[in-house]
Amino acid sequence: MERLSSQHMRPQTLADKVWKRHVVHSAAGEPDLLYIDLHLVHEVTSPQAFDGLRLAGRRVRRPDLTVATMDHNTPTIGLDLPLADPVSAKQIETLAANCDEFGVTLYPMGHANQGIVHVIGPEQGLTQPGMTIVCGDSHTSTHGAFGALAFGIGTSEVEHVLATQTLPQRRAANMAVTIDGELPAGVTAKDVILALIGRIGTGGGVGHVIEYRGSTIRSLSMEGRMTICNMSIEAGARAGMVAPDETTYAWLEGRPHAPKGAEWEAALEHWRSLATDAGATFDQEVVVDATTLRPHVSWGTNPSQVVPIDGAVPDPDALSDRGQAESARRALTYMGLRAGTPMREIPVDTVFIGSCTNSRIEDLRAAAAVVDGRHISSGMRAMVVPGSMRVKADAEAEGLDRIFTAAGFEWRAAGCSMCLGMNPDQLSPGERCASTSNRNFEGRQGRGGRTHLVSPAVAAATAVAGRFATPEDVTRQPEDIA
Amino acid sequence: MEPVRQIAGTAVPLRRSDVDTDQIIPSEWLKRVERTGFGAGLFAEWRSDPDFVLNQPRYAGASVLVTGPNFGTGSSREHAVWALQDYGFRAVVSPSFADIFRTNCTKAGVLPVQVDADVGEALLAAVEADPAVVVTIDVEGRTILAAAAGVSATFPLDDFTQWRLLEGLDDIGLSLRNEDKIVTYEAARPAWMPSAGS
Repeated sequence: MERLSSQHMRPQTLADKVWKRHVVHSAAGEPDLLYIDLHLVHEVTSPQAFDGLRLAGRRVRRPDLTVATMDHNTPTIGLDLPLADPVSAKQIETLAANCDEFGVTLYPMGHANQGIVHVIGPEQGLTQPGMTIVCGDSHTSTHGAFGALAFGIGTSEVEHVLATQTLPQRRAANMAVTIDGELPAGVTAKDVILALIGRIGTGGGVGHVIEYRGSTIRSLSMEGRMTICNMSIEAGARAGMVAPDETTYAWLEGRPHAPKGAEWEAALEHWRSLATDAGATFDQEVVVDATTLRPHVSWGTNPSQVVPIDGAVPDPDALSDRGQAESARRALTYMGLRAGTPMREIPVDTVFIGSCTNSRIEDLRAAAAVVDGRHISSGMRAMVVPGSMRVKADAEAEGLDRIFTAAGFEWRAAGCSMCLGMNPDQLSPGERCASTSNRNFEGRQGRGGRTHLVSPAVAAATAVAGRFATPEDVTRQPEDIA
Repeated sequence: MEPVRQIAGTAVPLRRSDVDTDQIIPSEWLKRVERTGFGAGLFAEWRSDPDFVLNQPRYAGASVLVTGPNFGTGSSREHAVWALQDYGFRAVVSPSFADIFRTNCTKAGVLPVQVDADVGEALLAAVEADPAVVVTIDVEGRTILAAAAGVSATFPLDDFTQWRLLEGLDDIGLSLRNEDKIVTYEAARPAWMPSAGS
């Protein structure tokens, strides 16, 4: 393992440092072989990988560095009942059988530690700075908020990591996204990342690891940093990272798998050496002025198709790029929207607060603060799906569940739920949803469903108003308007 | 993995950019625990439109998909590659690919052929006009040739992946040649690093 030697070395980025410390084997003309510190597993992308191990007579090399949970297919109501969908049930049972056979720790449905794989890793303290973390899920980028190099992999690679605890990888380029200034009231981490993707596009980060830097990032909570890193993949980036700092250490300390005592001190010393060196260069740099940002809403069918909530549905004919104009036209048809319609005038049928992007305690607090003492609009369907059973328990201890249910929201159990509709939580054709999730692809939340990506605060305000709204729109007193 | 050396066949033009993995294979299909049988789910929603290009008999039997930029954006689901493969595609030609999709392709033995935008456009236009245009892709030479479309170009493919594809090699077996180095690395890992057991 490469050790630190500050002398005689070119300044390095955070991503470079984590990479170098994990190279097991390096040879000209070959990808580096990287050691993987933590492999997170869920029911959807693992069954064929375990089958591969069985066929080749291989074992899981490091069950102690492998943690599994059930999240994509799991229902969020009636957990004590058999799963309605026999195909989902078989997938869930297959994961349990595989974990049993190969000795992998599993947090199954109903367990106090169960939840969305990217929520439970940090929550358990398994996600730590400087680690390499993979999972057969593109939103593994979430864990980069702790200064880990974390990325999604396909099922063949899942099998590879299970068998070898390593992964052959080519080094990605470095992109710096520097976000400076104080966020205006009502503007959140979700709006920062939506605005960034709107600017660089869904392919803007391809081949790169993004490091988020600047005073805005430093002021964000871990939850906010996770939201931003989570959607790095929506910009096409391989991973997103934030250098660890006192906010990171304070969040981690005392968590079940965090180091303790002398080990905590040793870990801290290592973590403090990870930040990008002064003078390190990036292959690409993007600068964002946080003070000018507004709450964002997506209008189309990919996460770069966003506008500030004060804006209107754009006119495809006004787009200069032929491909983008064509894609916008198709998106408006699918979304049932007319160019020029102000976003605040679009009626919404459903509000979904959840997903690995925005289902942590801070997200639920932000939404609850908006709906406290108010009620959702008539005919609105609104649901809150906490990211983990622990988030659910914490929220209930604070009384957030009672605020939501009094406002007319459904309060559910943990899982991916309506983010991708693999469980029964789905949109109907034509149903329009304000969603705190990460993807507004066609049919993502259910066949024919129309997804608009928003922050938890905007989702909550929209539930109350029945149309896209900011918290300010619904909390303003009548005398303020007059 | 079966060796991939040369692919020669007709092509389907899919004139769309940013085709995401949810369109390639909808999440409903991801509940299956098998690795085969995903072809029926390929572009499932779009195929419900009788005019969709895959439904046009003149493109039946094609083995190459020609499409717009940023193909395979979105999730990490390798099922997207399995669906293309099961349907009969052996290569995808695009000006750019999403990273995870590209890797998944080379693991499963589907060739991601990245071409310049003008080459992609020429090939799309040619195949739209004439479904009989034959596209020949050579892994050894890293070339794509479609004489009838006036296309003759090279595509990027690193030496290691090229060798793996040509030989049909098992990636896991290759990594395990470094077993001694893995053991050495593991012995030096700091004690404070987390494990599921502690």
